[in-house]
This record gives sequence, structure tokens and C-alpha cells, in this order.
Amino acid sequence: MTMTTRKENRRGLSRRAALRAGAGLLAAPAIMKVATAQTSGAFNWRRFAGQSIEVSLTLGPRANVLRAHEKEFTELTGIKVGSEAVPEQQHRQQVVIQFNSGNPQFDVLTVSLHVQKRLVGKAKWLHDMKPLLADSQLTAPDYDFPDFTGGGLRWATQGDGRMDTLPLNIDPWMIYYNKELFAARGLAFPKTFEEIVMAAEKLTDKASGQFGWVSRGLKNANVPVWTSFMLGYDVDPVNTKTIQLQTMTDGAIAAAEYYKKLNREFAPPGTVGFNWNEAQTSFSQGKIGMWIDGIGFAPPLEDPTKSRIVGKVGYGVMPQGPKARHSATFADGIGIPVASKKREAAYLYCQWATSKLMCNRLLQSGGGSPCRASSYTNPEVVAGIKLPREWLQCLQDSAAIGRQGLPEIVPVTEFRDVFGVGLTNTLGGADARAEMQKATEAFTPVLAKSEA
Amino acid sequence: MTAPIAAAAARGYGRNYLPFAYPALAITAMVIVFPWLFTLFMSAHEWKIGSPREFVGFANYVKLAGDPRFLESIGHTLWFTLLSVVLPIAFGTGAALVFNERFPLRGFCRAVFILPMMATPVAVALVWKMMFHPQLGVLNYILTSVGLPPSLWHTSIDTVIPTLVMVEVWHWTPLVMLIVLGGLAAAPTEPYESARLDGANAWQMFRYITLPLIMPFVVLAVVIRTIDALKAFDTIFVISEGGPGTASETINIYLYLQAFAFYNIGYASAIVVVFFVLIIVLAMVLLWLRQKSKWS
Repeated sequence: MTMTTRKENRRGLSRRAALRAGAGLLAAPAIMKVATAQTSGAFNWRRFAGQSIEVSLTLGPRANVLRAHEKEFTELTGIKVGSEAVPEQQHRQQVVIQFNSGNPQFDVLTVSLHVQKRLVGKAKWLHDMKPLLADSQLTAPDYDFPDFTGGGLRWATQGDGRMDTLPLNIDPWMIYYNKELFAARGLAFPKTFEEIVMAAEKLTDKASGQFGWVSRGLKNANVPVWTSFMLGYDVDPVNTKTIQLQTMTDGAIAAAEYYKKLNREFAPPGTVGFNWNEAQTSFSQGKIGMWIDGIGFAPPLEDPTKSRIVGKVGYGVMPQGPKARHSATFADGIGIPVASKKREAAYLYCQWATSKLMCNRLLQSGGGSPCRASSYTNPEVVAGIKLPREWLQCLQDSAAIGRQGLPEIVPVTEFRDVFGVGLTNTLGGADARAEMQKATEAFTPVLAKSEA
Repeated sequence: MTAPIAAAAARGYGRNYLPFAYPALAITAMVIVFPWLFTLFMSAHEWKIGSPREFVGFANYVKLAGDPRFLESIGHTLWFTLLSVVLPIAFGTGAALVFNERFPLRGFCRAVFILPMMATPVAVALVWKMMFHPQLGVLNYILTSVGLPPSLWHTSIDTVIPTLVMVEVWHWTPLVMLIVLGGLAAAPTEPYESARLDGANAWQMFRYITLPLIMPFVVLAVVIRTIDALKAFDTIFVISEGGPGTASETINIYLYLQAFAFYNIGYASAIVVVFFVLIIVLAMVLLWLRQKSKWS
């Protein structure tokens, strides 16, 4: 006991003590409410009411769902949200430039984990979510973190154990096919890579403008098509343990040959300039047999105002490769810059964006595959999905055999560009092995320098 | 006032007004001088966003000299620029000669003719890209309707640059027309009267009177078009993104890739410096030509 305290006791209650006690009495109900809320399950979402946050999103279905319900978040938390949705390529560039400036103008952002995971992880631009998740004052009791799928959490977690994003969406690749065209030729959906080629050949009738295959041909965008086949040989583009390129392996070359054959012989002319949107448009016209791409691109195909093949779309899981069967997967996360001065308010937004409610909405819209297991098993959620059941089954089956479609390295964009150019050149007749050799030689020093 | 006193007064006069130039000088320093110096500074470093920078001196320039993709992009840039200058100059000059004559609805036709240059390059490129779609685009529909084979347009390495030039020609011929038409409007009429009296025909009047009179304006249009074509980015990026492969990758597109896709800002800065030197050299050649073509 200190002299000051003994003095206070001798004099009776001091003014300071009285004021302290009074403040405590006034605050007691609020503290009790919070404590009671924590123990009873009611969470105080309004702790940061009055603040405003800026959210930077990648333009697309996920952003559409989040922005459509932004007002709900504000009503729930009292936090105002200013959001912008920027096209994918420009968004990635913009956020990196802002991070590099040291003063990003956003408090929350979506991150393309298949492209930027290592970059943001190495630079430590984002907060580690783990302490925030462990804080019962900040994380609602019904958030149900164990509900996240193992795949989603692997995407969101860096090699050093930091979880610098919350997983928002996983996009497995699969093959859309035209059931009507297949039935007309008496074909079943292919079960192997060879059957893909055979089906594409049988479905191609250039005189009538019908083609058996379409996929991305534009450099950079086309690399996932190649890696989708590569995974069927049980080969990743980069061995992430030794950080060595595996792009000259037999599997990688064979995958490039498949890419070349399908796009050169059975795809419509001009595919070399196609990204996903041109391929989707072509497929939706009803004269293409198969289209390989992300499962999140399905909604326009079932929209009668945009598609001629409504009700005729088949959703096929990537067939068996010579050595393995995998669906190339890509993912998005949502994170908080270290530079943000509104970490807690931003975290509430991230928590809301990845809550069961919002994940269920994303699944029902057909524009994404949330990383929560409960979304797929909730009968009410499943009943509300706007796409055919076959789409959901394909999504679940693809996710079950999912494997990363791009290497987890820093210079992913450069990897996609260098190898994408090589793949595009094969469509002009260049030898696949020679192009992969050239690309491998060009990219090897880039990879070595990035990991140094 | 004696001469020395007048000179001293003039110097004082200049000094009194110098402070009024300070704001402009400050803005010039911030917007032009500092970025340029910082670009030179960055070009001397190995600097990738997210990684520490390292001083490397001229290493980036040495690397550029041996970079086959950069050397290829110079070729694409010069070829694209040549076509994008010569064709609009030829068509624009022809259009100016036509619009210099009086005919019914001339004003309306002139207004319609200059509409393309009012549109923003990105919007123009997006619409053209839709028209170029190999299966769904209207251009191939028109070609097949008249019995011609469809074209691959921007999706073939052989036709991508001519396709991009076609868009540039459509977009910027009106600008050339306006510049040359201004020269025609300013040309004196007396030489024509004298020529008619001397019995000169239309071709002789054009060859010996009109062409020399409008040459300074044509060269001015060449200078403007050359600088614009060298810097062209929107049209190429939107329509082909430098593809197929690298078939239409100009210096600008490659520079953009290095800086904003690969985040190699040191190397990209070296490309900027080399590109700037190239533009300056070309601009000086053209300005010399313009001096030569001025009316004596």
C-alpha cells in the first residue's frame, strides 16, 4: 500500500476517487452489456460506429454481391463504406502502386491470391488476421471460423504461417459443354484427355461454323489453360520447395501440345486474341462444343437475354489426365493494409464479407464459390441457387480435386506473360517444345532473382 | 535617357517582374523537371516494387541493348508510326483539297468528317474491337456478304499492325484535314490568277502552287502525327494488348508491362529514357524539315 493511498484513507473519499467511482458506475451497464453479449452470443457490431472506411474491390461477381449489400453492413455497424470496383488487371496494378507509396487510400481490399499472394506476403503489406480472429471483442461468436474449408485457409495462409487475408472465393476450372451438340453426335462428356481431343474433332465442322473447342488464346490469360492440362500429368509449373521451373518436363510439354492441338485445329479462327469474355461469348452462341474456364463464369450462359444455350449447358469436371486428375484452382481473399488507421472497423467489414450470410449469397448468385463448407450443405441455400444443380455438383466435385493452377511465386504476372507468349506462338504453328524452352530460359533468371 | 541608364533601367524592369514567373517555374520544376530527374535516378537502379533497390549504374541500358523483345518493339513502333503518319497525311490532304472547294452541304459533310476525332481513343478502340470479332463482328459479316473471305484482323500476327493502323487512320485523318485546310484557307489567291492567265492546268497549279503553299502545314501535321503515333497506347492496348504474342508490342506497351505488370520500375525507367531520346531525335529531324519547307 502506497503513502498516497494511506493518505486518502485517512482523509476519507478524495474527489479523484469519487469521480473514478462515478465513471465506473456510469460505464458499468455498457461493460456489462458487452460482457453479457460475449457470453450470451450477441456481439457488439457498433463499437466503431461513426467511422468510415474505403474498400477497394476487383470488378466482378464478388464485388457485385458485396456492393449490393453494403448498406446492410452500415446499418449493422454504423460504419460508412466507400467502395470502388476496378477491373481485375488494373486493380492489381493499382493496389501495388498504392502499397509501394506507403499510403494506400483504402482500408480493405480484395487480393487475387493466385497472382499476388507471395508479393503481398513477402512485402508484409497486410495485417495478420490471426490476432484479430482470436480477439473475442472483434470477432463475433457466430463467425464460425472452423467452417472455412481447408483449401480456402491454405490459400489465405502464407508460408510463414501468417494469415494475411480471409478467404473470399475459390474458382475451380472445369469444362462447359454444349449438351445438344454432344447429343447430336452421340457423344458423352470425355473422361480422359484423349477423349477431349476425339470429341473436339468429332464436333468440329468448319464448313458450318461449328467448332469442338474454345479457350483463351491471349497471352497471359491463356496460361491457366496450359496448367489445367499440366496438372493431369501431376506436374506443377514450379516446384515450390526447390523453386525450380518444371516447364520443360514431359508433362509440361505434353500439356502445351494439347493446348496447341485443341486451339489450332478445333477452335474458331481468331482464338489467339480471345480472353475469357470472348470465349464465353463464342460458347454462348451455341456453335462451340466445349469451353474450359472458371466455374464462376456460368451465370450469363443461363441468362436468356445473353445466351442461346440456356438449359443446354453441361458442367463437366476436368477429365482424368495420364497421371492425375485435378481441377486448376484460383482464389481471392480480403485483407487490411498495415497502413490503415482503421484496422478494427476494416476487420468488421472483412468479417461481414466472409460471414455465412454473405457467403451463402455469393453461392446463390452463381458468381463465386465461397470458402465455407456450410454454404454447400445448407438446404435453404442450395434451394436458392439460380443455376442448375449440375453446376453445384460440378463445383463440389472440382473443389474436391482442386490444385493450385499457378505457381506460388512473386513474379506470377511475368510468368504468365513469358509463357503466355510462347503458348500463343504455338497457335501460329511454332513448335511447343521450342517455345517452352525459350520461355523457360527467359524466365529462369527472373525467378531466381525474385527468390534471392 | 542615355544608353547605359536605359540598359540599367531595362535590367531593373526585368528583375521587378521575375517573381511573377516563380509560380510557373515551380510548377514546371514539379511536373517536368523533378519527374524527369527521378526517372533518370530510377533508371540507374535495379528496382522492383516490393523489393529493396540497388544501384546498378548503366546496367539497365546494357540489358536493354541485348533485350530481343525491346529491340523487336522498336521495329513495331517505327513500322506502326510510319503507316500511321503517311496514310492520314495522304488522306487528310486529299480531304482538305476536296473541302476547300465549294459544293452543296459542304459544311455538313465537313462536320461529319471530323466526328471521329471527337471520340475518346478508348471508346473508339472498344467499338472497333467488337467490329473486328472474327465470328461475331460486323466487318467480317460485310466481307462475307460481298463474297470476300473473312479476315483475322487483330488476331493474326500478319494483319494486327495494319488493323491497328486502320483505326488510327479513321480516328486522326480529320485532324490532318483541319490543319491542311487551315493552310489552304490562308494561301494567297494571286498566284492562281496569274497561273490561269499563263494557261496552267489544274495539275500544274496543284503541283507548282498549292503543294508548296501548303507544305509547311503538311509538315506541321507530320510532326504532330509522328509524336502522337509514337506515343500511341490506348488503341493498341485495348484492341490487341500488344499481341498476338508480341506481334504488336510497341515500346509504349512493353514499357507499361515492365512498369505496371512486372513492377520493374528501374528497367522501365531506362526504357523511358531511351524512348525519350528516340522521340527527340525524330522531332528534331521533322522540325528541320519544317524549317526547310517554310515560305521564303
